[in-house]
Amino acid sequence: MTIAPIAKTILGPIDEIPFGEGRTYAVGPDMIAVFRLRDGSLRAVSAVCPHKGGPLADGQIDNKVVVCPLHLYAWDLSTGCSQSGQPPISVYPVRVDDGHIILGD
Amino acid sequence: MTQRLVVIGNGMAGARTVEEILARNGDFTVTMFGDEPYGNYNRIMLSNLLAGVESEEGIYLNDLAWYQDNGITLNAGVRIERIDRFAKMVYATDGTATPYDKLIIATGSYSWTPPIKNIHNPKRGFHQGVFAFRTLDDTRGMIRYARDHERAVVIGGGLLGLEAARGLQNHLSDVTLLHAMGHLMERQLDEKAGHMLQASVENKLGIKVITNAMTTEILGKDRVTGVKLADGTVIPCDVVVVAAGIRPSTQVAADSGLTVERGIVVDDQMRVQDEDDIYSVGECAQHRGNLYGLVAPLWDQAKVLADHITGRDTEAAYTGSKLSTKLKVAGIDVASMGLIAPETDDDEVIIYNEPKKGVYKQLIIREGALVGAILVGDNSKAASLIQSFDRVQALPEERAELLFDIGGPAGEVKPEDMPDDAQVCNCNGVSKGAICGVVNAGCKTVSGVMDKTRAGKGCGTCKPLVQRIVEWAAGGEAEEDPAASWYVPGVPMPKPELMAAIRKYELKSVSAVFDKLVAGGEHDAKSKMGLASLLKMMWADQYVDERDARFINDRVHGNIQKDGTFSVVPQMKGGVTTPAELKRIAEVAERYNVPMVKLTGGQRIDLLGIPKEQLPAIWADLDIPSGYAYAKSFRTVKTCVGSDFCRFGVGDSTALGIAIEERFQGLEGPGKMKLAVTGCPRNCAEAYVKDLGVVAIDGGKWEIYVGGAAGAHIRKGDLLATVDSAEEVIRLTGRFLQYYRENANWLERTYAWVPRVGIEKIRAVVVDDAEGIAEALDAAIEEAVQAYKDPWKERAVPATPGQFRTSLPLTVLPQVPVRS
Ligand SMILES: Cc1cc2nc3c(=O)[nH]c(=O)nc-3n(C[C@H](O)[C@H](O)[C@H](O)COP(=O)(O)OP(=O)(O)OC[C@H]3O[C@@H](n4cnc5c(N)ncnc54)[C@H](O)[C@@H]3O)c2cc1C
Ligand code: SF4
Ligand code: SF4
Ligand code: FES
Repeated sequence: MTIAPIAKTILGPIDEIPFGEGRTYAVGPDMIAVFRLRDGSLRAVSAVCPHKGGPLADGQIDNKVVVCPLHLYAWDLSTGCSQSGQPPISVYPVRVDDGHIILGD
Repeated sequence: MTQRLVVIGNGMAGARTVEEILARNGDFTVTMFGDEPYGNYNRIMLSNLLAGVESEEGIYLNDLAWYQDNGITLNAGVRIERIDRFAKMVYATDGTATPYDKLIIATGSYSWTPPIKNIHNPKRGFHQGVFAFRTLDDTRGMIRYARDHERAVVIGGGLLGLEAARGLQNHLSDVTLLHAMGHLMERQLDEKAGHMLQASVENKLGIKVITNAMTTEILGKDRVTGVKLADGTVIPCDVVVVAAGIRPSTQVAADSGLTVERGIVVDDQMRVQDEDDIYSVGECAQHRGNLYGLVAPLWDQAKVLADHITGRDTEAAYTGSKLSTKLKVAGIDVASMGLIAPETDDDEVIIYNEPKKGVYKQLIIREGALVGAILVGDNSKAASLIQSFDRVQALPEERAELLFDIGGPAGEVKPEDMPDDAQVCNCNGVSKGAICGVVNAGCKTVSGVMDKTRAGKGCGTCKPLVQRIVEWAAGGEAEEDPAASWYVPGVPMPKPELMAAIRKYELKSVSAVFDKLVAGGEHDAKSKMGLASLLKMMWADQYVDERDARFINDRVHGNIQKDGTFSVVPQMKGGVTTPAELKRIAEVAERYNVPMVKLTGGQRIDLLGIPKEQLPAIWADLDIPSGYAYAKSFRTVKTCVGSDFCRFGVGDSTALGIAIEERFQGLEGPGKMKLAVTGCPRNCAEAYVKDLGVVAIDGGKWEIYVGGAAGAHIRKGDLLATVDSAEEVIRLTGRFLQYYRENANWLERTYAWVPRVGIEKIRAVVVDDAEGIAEALDAAIEEAVQAYKDPWKERAVPATPGQFRTSLPLTVLPQVPVRS
């Protein structure tokens, strides 16, 4: 599991992400996919699928995994680990504060 | 309130049912009675115990601690002799009375003794030296006695008798098997197979077999000295084992006034006839006239009973089991399922016979489906045959493939001969080594391996090979995946039960389904799309559309491509367009620098490589309805030019194709639906290989074919009906599509569904209205058709925030090549 350190950044209002979906944010040189789970909590992972570059924010999620839309491999949203022997994705700390998405600690 | 559950019978079915109830967190205090003085053991293993390959400790399923840990009161060695259905009490032989709210009777069977003179001793039950083969005590007694003696006779040449004979050889040197019928295992094997088995048993194992042997008398006064047959033959021996059959233990039920025929009569919920609170499972239960003497059906019964009694799914129904056996009978491979002899002149019978090797194989095929099979001496094809038999799968044209690994490139390869890096799944690039790795890591189900590696999840053609590799890697013991019958992987129910539960609890959104029907309310990403489609079909405009339940294609109404861009496919009904539309498409393509403009296989124009954020603008400029090139839905109707222009055309295929597409556009289903209409049997629109294809024939008639495919699988459709008018074609098309929508499994295309259900059945329902549901199907499809809205009409305002926001910078991705 790789929780990547990242500088604290305000990404935008939480309402930008519907429940159960993800959106991509450009943070410096990185593209980060932020998901809002149906239980209201957030997960942030690298936006590019390590398999063949699929857009993870377009994938489907439940409260545990994201399924890439291209070839349907799945990654754990909390640990970044692949369930199918693929390379892991990076996981970033993320939370909501006062209606805004805060990336980093 | 916690209810009192009493179970009579602590055997395989009783204990399994309690396990299933515990797994569903049933709110019961459980009391069990078993007249054997033990915990719960695996009766099947008694054969191994007798043969000396298993110890007594090894055969226990649940030891006493299990009962304690789960708060179950076990009364081992206590026999129930009467039930008072009115006072709701059970009375045991030890004088105790126990009240119940719910009662389960799982008393199993006892072994039956044929009428043989002197078999019983007036004082002690069986004559000393005579044994049944049913319980742990029987087996212990047999072993103890056999050790000190030399010659045994086993009466009964079925499965159990063979096992007993084989096992006894472990303890004494001379074993003779007597069978009253003409050949061994006559219920499972035909004559040839029975004789083949007999030859193997005699030559390989050294057991003497006498068929047509009616035993009439046990000889010897204080101890057994032999048996006598009807023809006067005397066979000297000192041990006799009776394995001549079993009878259900129904005494308690009958004495207590329950309905008992051959067994205790139960309904599809395993409830005893006319009783509200009494159930029965296992060998003592008679369901739809059948009694089952193998464990697999008992497991199914236990699940249904548990679902029902815990209220988890009160409509769960057991509908019977198809029996198949795959065993080493006395060390020789034997498998049998279904019929053992043809029943009609049309039954296809395929036989392979190699007496020297002791190999015999027979298949019986009726209307393209496997209805019976016998294998002796070689079980390598048993697993796949059992699967075809259970699921009524389409059989390969080359029937020999069913018996041997031959033909077709996939058929040729044997897992053991493949190098580790050989690519098995060509769509997802999965090697044999990768599959074996997953199996070795403990995942032994085919679907589990497919999930983990994605092997077989592309076009699906490699699935049989994946299955063979999994079986091989798991040492021939691939596990049955309980999820195989579920509609979606995350909700443990097959389609009919799932639909019943959805209707019962009025579940109108995908998250409501997870919350109500999955233990712990666990959501599952991989199940969302299938549930969304099902709910939409069931509830039409009452469906609560949660956007995250949709696959990205359905969220933005375009097909996602390998670089994260999308394709835009304007509607072009029946493949017909106008110069004005063509011009508009061309202008839009130019304006947005569309990297590739391509004609699709479905007679439409595909604009490929559109970034997500441009989709609304492109559709606005096009101002043509969506062609539905995404989604599991009705796609296109291909047409030929037909009678309008073609010299040969006998029907106006173009007009009919357009009418069909107009009516069913956007209709969702368990899989894609691709159609075609062709103007004469020359078939320029390839209608014979479509989910539904219509062919004009001479005399103003139309033929309708269903279940065809020309993709990764190739299949000619089956003729559903020949009709007189275009209206009739449209009516039957709607009815067929609705029947498919309601009954097919998720992602099951018609080419798999039609052969599975059978064209005769489909024709009976759709054309002849044999089940009286035609009107309901017509009404349901009408409702769905009326609910259609072109998704691109709503493009101005996004349905969710950021619906069309890019998910990736396209520059970092592999670019789709631009052809000039
Ligand atoms: C040697 C042997 C080998 C077998 N091999 C196979 C095999 O390979 N594959 C296969 O599928 N099946 C096999 N079977 C069959 C399988 O064991 C049975 O189908 C299964 O055990 C039936 O389960 P049951 O719970 O209905 O009955 P049982 O397991 O017989 O359990 C019923 C229990 O109820 C008790 N009982 C009865 N009446 C009362 C009462 N009034 N009060 C209290 N307790 C009572 C009985 O003593 C018994 O313990 C084999 C059977 C035997 C004997
Ligand atoms: S359209 Fe071509 S590339 Fe795409 S899945 Fe079909 S065969 Fe493969
Ligand atoms: S299918 Fe028949 S009618 Fe249609 S184009 Fe071909 S030849 Fe002509
Ligand atoms: S690109 Fe993500 S699974 Fe292939």
